Amino acid sequence: MGRAAAAGTGRAVTLSVAFRHAFASGPGPRMDIDIDFSVPEVGTTVLFGRSGCGKSTTVNAVAGLLRPAQCRIALGGRVLADTRAGIFLPPERRRIGLVFQDARLFPHMSVEGNLRYGLRRAPAEAIRAGAIRFDEVVDLLGLAALLVRRPHSLSGGERQRVAIGRALLSQPLLLAMDEPLANLDAQRKAEILPYLARLRRALSLPILYVTHALDEVARLADTLVLIRAGHVLDAGPLPALLGRADLPLAQRDDAAAVLAAQVVSHDTTRQLSELAAAGRRLLVPLLDAPPGSAVRVRIPAREVILAAEEPRGISVHNVIAGTVRAVVTDPVRHAALVEVALEGAALLARVTPDAVARLRLSPGAAVLALVKSMAIEVLAD
Amino acid sequence: MAARAVGFGLPVALAASWLLAHGRLPGRFLLNALAHLPLVLPPVVTGWLLLLVFGVRGPIGAWLHSAFGIRLVFTTAGASLACAVMVFPLMLRAIRQSLEAIDPGMEQAARSLGAGPLDRFLTITLPLAAPGVLVGAITGFVASLGEFGAVITFAASIPGQTQTLPLAIYAALQSPGGETVAARLSLVSVVMAVTGLLAAEWAGRRLRERVGL
Repeated sequence: MGRAAAAGTGRAVTLSVAFRHAFASGPGPRMDIDIDFSVPEVGTTVLFGRSGCGKSTTVNAVAGLLRPAQCRIALGGRVLADTRAGIFLPPERRRIGLVFQDARLFPHMSVEGNLRYGLRRAPAEAIRAGAIRFDEVVDLLGLAALLVRRPHSLSGGERQRVAIGRALLSQPLLLAMDEPLANLDAQRKAEILPYLARLRRALSLPILYVTHALDEVARLADTLVLIRAGHVLDAGPLPALLGRADLPLAQRDDAAAVLAAQVVSHDTTRQLSELAAAGRRLLVPLLDAPPGSAVRVRIPAREVILAAEEPRGISVHNVIAGTVRAVVTDPVRHAALVEVALEGAALLARVTPDAVARLRLSPGAAVLALVKSMAIEVLAD
Repeated sequence: MAARAVGFGLPVALAASWLLAHGRLPGRFLLNALAHLPLVLPPVVTGWLLLLVFGVRGPIGAWLHSAFGIRLVFTTAGASLACAVMVFPLMLRAIRQSLEAIDPGMEQAARSLGAGPLDRFLTITLPLAAPGVLVGAITGFVASLGEFGAVITFAASIPGQTQTLPLAIYAALQSPGGETVAARLSLVSVVMAVTGLLAAEWAGRRLRERVGL
């Protein structure tokens, strides 16, 4: 069943998904899906790809709503489906919390009724073994004011929050979200993203998240699974994949590297904060986060300048030494993408082919990456 | 009698419409045609067919008679059966429509939350189909009150036992000087029919509002 792309190194693998399915009928062209990946135990795994590439099919196969022709799906050593062994657990016995693009709240119940629907049906052993409590979820998702309301009177963002709470309260072993923000406008999306980020931190629950929006990837993903035309293109930790010049992600205008970082100190007189990331120090405009807290920084490829020697008398604060790992040219846009390796991560720089020639940038060459403090986007982790 | 017709007919109509709306069973087309037969057949023919099947010498009637001592022909129960069969298609249509209007995603959501098949039917499907079921029940009840052909063929017209309103009206018209009785009964009939239809409409709307459709 294709190549197994194991993400992370040496960590326990919990969710392993391998299936083949062909959509023989239905609208659109026939597509054969052959998905195979394994992702680590903790954190958020984002399935990323264009609409119709098989992301939702994958979530449905994991949840049991789709019965693929061939499959083996296991979560934490528990086999959910295995065609060869004749195992196929129905969705109601898989303990996978699902959040759909259209919230799918039950219209004949109040918000509280919806929230308690899954809680009432959660297995007794899950409740005993430290459950996700009702009050906790209401608090985490800010639902207290909505409890007596009916789903049809809620806004899109509120509905999605209730749907997430409902899924959480069914005490799932995995929370699967299928483009939960796709139907929301930018404002609603911005309103709900912090809740999702909070969720990631507050619960030690693995999350499988489907999206075709890169900003959601940068904010939420720990592990990324790239899917194209029914196949897994690559899978791995987010910084490793976003920093790769050879993947289609890097060809996008909004291509950017994402690095895990830690707040080191604040300098109120200079109005700068110092971060540590990938073995380097970064200066960014003053942050409102205590020293020691974890953040992630997003550095767009088009904002990175490359230099052979350290410049003087320049406004740029961040001069980051690295090694060129790859150079990929884009003949259509007359651009080149340079992958600069740091410790355990990489930066991407989009420059002209002429710059590549002048600086003699080739794999192995030492280079300085210049990044404006103002160009670094700091995201909550 | 009408209440009994609805009482027995409704669960069957519910089951049948669920099968028709969900099932991919091979006999689906045939079942659908069979269920709608009473709507297109002359009622007298339906009554006569019932007589053949449920009569004391018919296949089911004979078994019921020998096993349980139940006789349907020319009894109140028989009249109810005839009514139930006649109004079955009406109930079926109303219920099926509301079942098919339910977003299949609702049931998927319930499954992912751990609800088994019966659980889903009782907590999701049935409440969401409630407007249709209620409308079906009320229409069925009102239509039962007006049953004539099938009842007179299968259960005759015994006053106080198997006589439906139109049978009573018809009987009154046949007897000399019965016009007053007939007029009074007709008025009752009109009032009940109009009340029933209005009630169905009102109840359906209320329920739909409740589920937010």
